[in-house]
Parts: sequence; structure tokens; C-alpha cells
Amino acid sequence: MPYLFETEEHVALRAQARRFAEREIAPHGATWEEDEEFPAALYKAAADAGMAGIGYPEALGGTGGDLTHVLASAEEMILRGRSVGTVVGLGSHFIALPMIVRFGTPEQQARFVTPCLAGDKIAALAVTEPGGGSDVAGLTTRAVRDGDHYVVDGAKTFITSGCRADVVVAAVRTGGPGHGGVSILVIEKGTPGFAVSKKLKKTGWWASDTAELSFEGCRVPVANRIGSEHGAFAMIMANFAHERLALAGQCVAIAELAYREAIAYSRERHAFGKALTGFQVTRHKLADMASRLAAARALTGECTIRVARGEMVPALCAMAKNVATDMCSFVVDQAVQLHGGMGYMRETLVERLYRDARLYPIGGGTREIMNEIISKAEGY
Amino acid sequence: MKILVPLKRVPDPELKTKIKDGAIDLSGASWVVNPFDEYAVETALRLLENGDAGTREGGEVVVVTIGPSEAAQQVRSALAMGADRAIRVDAEDKAIDALTVVAVLQAIVAEEKPDLILMGKQAVDGDANQVGQMLAGKLGLPQATFAASIELAEDKASVLVGREVDAGVEYKRIPLPGLVTVDLRIVSPTAVKNHVTPDAFAYGDGPRYASLKGIMAAKKKPLADKTLADYGVTASPVIAEKGVELPPARPPGQKVDDIPTLVQKLVEEAKAL
Repeated sequence: MPYLFETEEHVALRAQARRFAEREIAPHGATWEEDEEFPAALYKAAADAGMAGIGYPEALGGTGGDLTHVLASAEEMILRGRSVGTVVGLGSHFIALPMIVRFGTPEQQARFVTPCLAGDKIAALAVTEPGGGSDVAGLTTRAVRDGDHYVVDGAKTFITSGCRADVVVAAVRTGGPGHGGVSILVIEKGTPGFAVSKKLKKTGWWASDTAELSFEGCRVPVANRIGSEHGAFAMIMANFAHERLALAGQCVAIAELAYREAIAYSRERHAFGKALTGFQVTRHKLADMASRLAAARALTGECTIRVARGEMVPALCAMAKNVATDMCSFVVDQAVQLHGGMGYMRETLVERLYRDARLYPIGGGTREIMNEIISKAEGY
Repeated sequence: MKILVPLKRVPDPELKTKIKDGAIDLSGASWVVNPFDEYAVETALRLLENGDAGTREGGEVVVVTIGPSEAAQQVRSALAMGADRAIRVDAEDKAIDALTVVAVLQAIVAEEKPDLILMGKQAVDGDANQVGQMLAGKLGLPQATFAASIELAEDKASVLVGREVDAGVEYKRIPLPGLVTVDLRIVSPTAVKNHVTPDAFAYGDGPRYASLKGIMAAKKKPLADKTLADYGVTASPVIAEKGVELPPARPPGQKVDDIPTLVQKLVEEAKAL
């Protein structure tokens, strides 16, 4: 079922995303997941197919559109590409670049945004550190001003596309403790002192590379600072609304895929002389999956429309993320259950989706942080 | 140079055909542009542009469809790819046959006076494969069918069309105005030459993707809604569908233990020997 916000334009966009995913991702997705990497050339292919610039202004090399288009196209890519890791790896720019689009200078946009949207460079967002994730105000990577450079020392971890990123949008401490001392610097690949210290092994999202990055005396030009000095906290928080809705949208897509797989398997699999769908217990399980999916889709859709309209609704975004992640965890678990032994086998898609789904109550702000945001907004 | 591309919407060929009450049940069908017509749109765009530079100077691609109002969506997808304007002639699919289509297109050609008519070799629903040929015949235009490659002459007065035949590739040069129907291979990376795009340039395989930018731009491109009457055509199909049924299910195969049993069964049961 499409989102309520979808127009004929979204339908046409979905058709293109479907074609791209069926041609470029689906035939290789399972292999890439096992190989824990997809070819870097796919970034260019996605850009050429008009899939990279969705939601970005045309002036920067984007194709226009807003968050609604991002959600619809990403859903189609997951449904047809059947490789969540590949889709999220391709999409890592979506959490990294918007801050430059919103707060960067035209010169910074031309240097960092346009090449990524053209598929010539890869972007990653680096906020989380080995010493702390959710506590953005407590981050410790130091950037000390030295003339027209900052000297950066520290480490970042769990960085999606970090192994291959050319453009790392990093949150660093330029000032005193707390949220008032954080700035955003774009650290480019090849800067002396910047290294990928580790490629991380994960539960899911295998096709997407995830890195630990280290900075040792890494000299970054002041010209690479996005927005004002010490002024990043609000930028990062504003960025989270989009990220959380994108993650909620991915949950809806993953659950939709797992649900469809579960239906297909239940129709095909026979036990005690009839198809699994011949048993009421199976039908009711599927009905529960469908109902929760519809509810999460409705809330994600509503929240997306509000954000696309320009409303500031951080608590609603947090609710949408929690509702969608809980729903997704439930649906993939039930899908595995319906697959029985096959659901536990690596060759089965729902086995992989089950692992992929575990990220979502953690990434982009944990389930608990979401509840803190909601609690604050509700005032208790 | 003006290129006219007639296109037809067809039920998504990837979906399973459902038959109800002796007819194909299209109530829940999703519709797509006939793939061969989409290749024709791609070919038209490649003929007019510099594919390497991503630019186009002049030329016009006009798409035409004959179908109900919902068919506007398929026309828009051609506009999103880069076609310039569209004409939709209102008609129900059931009410028209190939001759009606030809009559409408004939009138449109008379009005539009295109230099080239490019179309799919056939629609993948009816697979009739006759509109292109009949249209060229009626218009008295030269035709080259099943094009696997096409080269627009530098003076734009003719096209050289490569056609895959049993013995190899046959090349046919036809003067313009003319009509070409295209086959699958026309959208391979170097099948279209126009002396503008560098000869060495290779396109991606298949028709281009429409970007969101193209999709949004398509909404603003002209789409003229016409009726059969506008072209002086009355729908009086000479071909009518009498009934549709699935082929009978094949009886299950048999496994035999050895060659003599197989021979015996072929002789006695199948009566094949």
C-alpha cells in the first residue's frame, strides 16, 4: 500500500526506483550482503539513474523533491532490490549532506554536495564516538584552532560508508564542554592524520560498510567548517528529524518485504495436508503483521507530511521511529517464525531482514533516547 | 527534425494474466508503456541529442497515444524521459483495432508532418505487429521494420537501419520522411548514431531513467486531449474479440524405468512412433 501522500509523481518515481533496483541491485544483493560490500561503481550508477539526488535542490545537482520522494523511492529500492545493506550504504549521503545543504556556503555546497550527488564522491556522517553515542553534548573529539586550520584529534565509530567516504561530515569539540562547544567540520579523505582504523563486523546491514575512523593531528581548513563555530548542536538535532523519518520509512519497507515473503511462503508451504495459509493461526499472524504495518505506515506518513511542510515535530518523529522500529522487529520475527527452519537459514531473505531490523531501535537515536525526547515534549 | 512516436499502454507484462468470463480480467491491472514503444522514445531522444554532452539543440519528439484518460500517465512517463509534448486521443481499448489506430495516426501525421515516425515493432499485449507496416502503407512512406540499429545521415535526409535477419544483419537506407519500427537491440549502448553524439560514446543499456526532475517537468509539458472525431475517425473495428481461454492444462509427465518401457509407451499410448 502506498503512503497517503503519494501522487502520480511518486508513482512514476517508484517505477524508476523499481527499475533501478531490479536491474542494479536485486541480481547481486545477496552476494554483496555476504561479501559485506557492494561495488563503489554503484554510487555512480545510482546517480546516473537519478536516484542519488532525490530531495536535493536542482541547483546543487539534485533532482528536486522532498522527504516524501525520499521515502517512496527508498521503499521501492528495498522492496525490489532486496538488499537493505546496499540501499542504506548508497543512501549514507542523506544523513551527511543535508547539514551542508542547509547551513553550508555556496562554495562548500559546490565542493562537497554536488560531487556526492553526481556519484563521484561518497559522503558519511560521523557523530558517534567509541566513548559515547547518544550523548552528543558529551562528544570528545577535539578540534583546536591553529591559524586557518583546526587540528583534530579523536575517533568516530559506527560510521556508515565510513570505509570509503571521501567527505566525512564530523561533529567535533571546538569549544568548552557541553552542547555549546560543538562544531561541524568536513574532513576529506586523504587529509594527513585521518585514517580508517577498522571495518566493523555487524549483526545486519552487511552490504553497507561501517567504520571506525581515527584523527591524529589531522589539519582541517577552517573553510571546511559548516555553520558557525560552536553552533553545531542545533544543526545536528535538526538533522535528526530527517534521519529518524528515513529510518522509520526503512522499517516500513523492510516489514512490507518480510510480510510479502511470509505470505508467499505460507501459501507455498504445506503441512498436515494443506498450505500454511489454510490454518487460522497463520492467517491471524499475517493479519496482525499487516495491521501493525498499516499503523506504522500511517504515522510515518503523517509525520513525513508535517516535516515536508516545514513543521518542527521532533517528538512526533521520535514516536514514528519507535512505532516503526517496534513494528518492524515484530513483523520480521513473525516472518521468520512462519518460515520455520528455513527462516533460520542464511539463504532465506527473512533471516537477513531479521538481522537488518535489529539496527533500527539503536541507530539514529536509540529507542530510549526517543522516549526521552517524547517525555520532554510532553512535559512530564 | 520532428519525430513522432506512437505509444500504447499495456497491462504490466510481469503480472499474471487473469481470465474471467471469457475475457482477460484487467480490473486490477497495472499499466505500463509498451516496452518496444519505450525503446522508440529512447531512440528518438538519442537521435536528436548529444548523448555525451547531455545536450540537445532543436528537434522535437511528439508522443501520441490512443486510450482512456488513465493512459495519460504512460504518456507522461515518456515526457519525463525527455519527449517534448504529447497527444492523447480518447478511446476505450476495446473499441479500437489496428485499422482504427492507423486511421487516427494517419490523420495525426498529416497534421504534424513529422520527419520520422518511430514506433515499437509490436505491442506486447496483442502482439499483432501490424500498425507500423499498415501505417507506412497507408501513408505511402518508406518503412524499415525491426530496427536493431539506426544511423541518421549527416544531412538528416535519410536513415540507415540495421535489421537482424537469419543470415546476419541487413542494412536498409530509407529516405525521410519515413517510418521505422524498433526491436529490443535498438537500446543497446551504441545502436543509435546521429553524427552529433561522438561515435565512441556508449549509452547505458536500455531506455534511460526518468529522474524526479524529469517527472516533475513532465507535468508542465503540453498534453493535448483529442477525440477520434477530431481526426474524422469513427471507431468501427473489423476485428472483435470473441473469447479468451487458457490453454488446457497439460497432463502430468510420467517417469519410466527403462528405454523399452519408454518405447512401448511412445508406440502404444502416445502413438508417436
